[in-house]
Amino acid sequence: MLKYQTKELKATRLGFGEALVELGHENPNVVVLGGDVTGSVRTDLFMKAFPDRFLSVGVAEQDMMGTAAGLAVAGKIPFASTYGEFAVGRPFDQIRQSIAYSRLPVKICASHCGITVGPDGATHQSLEDLAIMRVLPHMTVATPCDYHETKKMIKASINWKHPIYIRFFRDNTPVFTDPSSPFEFGKATTLIDGTDVTVIACGLQVWEAILAEEVLAAEGISVRLINMHTIKPLDEAVVMKAAKETGAIVTAEDHQKHSGLGGAVAEVLAQSIPTPLEFVAVNDTFGESGKGDELMKKYGVAKDDIVKAVRKVLQRKKR
Amino acid sequence: MEHFDVNELKEVARQIRRDIIKMLMISKSGHSGGPLGLADVFASLYFNILKIDPKNPNWTERDYFFLSAGHLCPVWYATLARRGYFSISELTTLRKINGRLQGHPAPAYTHGVPGVEIASGALGQGLSVAVGCALGLRLDKKPNRVYVLHGDGELDEGQIWEAMMTAGHHKVDSLIAIVDRNNCQIDNRTDKVMELEPLADKWKSFGWHVLECNGNDIEQFLKTVKQAQALKGKPTVIIAHTFMGKGVSFMEDDYKWHGVPPNDDQGKQALSELAPTKYGDFIEFEWERAKQPVEVEAK
Repeated sequence: MLKYQTKELKATRLGFGEALVELGHENPNVVVLGGDVTGSVRTDLFMKAFPDRFLSVGVAEQDMMGTAAGLAVAGKIPFASTYGEFAVGRPFDQIRQSIAYSRLPVKICASHCGITVGPDGATHQSLEDLAIMRVLPHMTVATPCDYHETKKMIKASINWKHPIYIRFFRDNTPVFTDPSSPFEFGKATTLIDGTDVTVIACGLQVWEAILAEEVLAAEGISVRLINMHTIKPLDEAVVMKAAKETGAIVTAEDHQKHSGLGGAVAEVLAQSIPTPLEFVAVNDTFGESGKGDELMKKYGVAKDDIVKAVRKVLQRKKR
Repeated sequence: MEHFDVNELKEVARQIRRDIIKMLMISKSGHSGGPLGLADVFASLYFNILKIDPKNPNWTERDYFFLSAGHLCPVWYATLARRGYFSISELTTLRKINGRLQGHPAPAYTHGVPGVEIASGALGQGLSVAVGCALGLRLDKKPNRVYVLHGDGELDEGQIWEAMMTAGHHKVDSLIAIVDRNNCQIDNRTDKVMELEPLADKWKSFGWHVLECNGNDIEQFLKTVKQAQALKGKPTVIIAHTFMGKGVSFMEDDYKWHGVPPNDDQGKQALSELAPTKYGDFIEFEWERAKQPVEVEAK
């Protein structure tokens, strides 16, 4: 039986757009920058509600990040949003110098991340963003797993004093978290308790892990499932506790295998409690056009991949 | 507020030039040409034009100044120190470990100095920042002005033109950009590296008021800034024609002085061409003491 139920499908990007409107009502300093994809990233909701505080910079992501930094210097709370690849790859130098090194509390909000952006193909499938943002000093990196968590995360970000990168997705996906449960950056949530193995997942792979747990439970495997919504600062305590108590770990993310969530967990384990670890991630390759669910299977980041990785890591644990 | 007259500003500018030479002789690393060429502009800004309070760098009513071309910072540091943002003797620490005078500027809340609002060094980012700052102030209906200074070679960067469009589109008329038009960049004269002309027409076509002046003529520069302040409805750019290395005969208008410091002999020669001022140089023991660790510093 599935440990979590979903009654509806809703997009994380919609949670982002709605949270912005709520924040707009609560705080007059909230401003949103538009990069000509407002309907897609759902900043159109804020634009309609607060046209004066919506600033269009055109299709110019480098300028967008610099402008956001300047708004922060002037005491505003800027949200800069576009598609993942263009929020990270294109303006990396601007983020590094004007935001991260300058330690300005800009919110970089990237929609359409990961392989599930699908038909648009590899140019638009941001699979490197967690790695790129995670390596920057001063930068916080987070990714919600569903619509409710996106809302909570965006609302919490307003009081976060550091530069932050938040990664979410285009597709309508299962809504399964509790809208009233507390949220704190850097504090992972344990969704399922278990003793044989731990799956540490982020983003859309959290739902895939819930599906995988049902299969594994039927085989008699007790799976602990952790939603690692903050990649940096990583909740190291929860990782080490899982290593000690379950002795085997699988990470799952819609991202390149190198330097994302899996890399972050591996760094902690290697330095504290070396533990058998398997990565469910895109294996050092670019994606292609296709439907999101087809691509998740083809590129190895779906439920079945988590099931296989768990079986494999348990074999290594026994040895 | 300081409102030095033209004669006082000339004296301050000469002292800033002396400071730049001495700083670079001590650090043995850094940019000579651009900073020397801008001493008149910086003296004018900080001792006459900008609404600032050095004792309260985060004063909410201040004018904001951004140095987009971060490598020009020796002139900025000398000016900030002379204006009272930090101790003049700290100028001996340019580019040195554990110091605040980073090779390219950083804000005080990272590890830089007061008066610096944001990091710069990677070129072409400052105009976007200035536009964002001006837009933020405008949302609050605040009258603060925003100034940003660019090198002319820096205008090769694409982000500048994105920001020019954004400023024009949003009609950010509290913004005054200054271009240090010295026609020099690292590799060569600007027209050899990348043609910028017709520069004024380009800014105009992006929705800007354009003014030009001799940036080494303090009286003319002050007058031009006054004129810029009165212009409404669009952002304004001042193309300030300067000479790289101004004030030092063997550096003037020579692009080869973009990124190198004077050696001891060249430094002494330069100082002999810049008469001492009533403000005085760094005091001797700090100068000597600061010199010691530099001599053993690895290149």
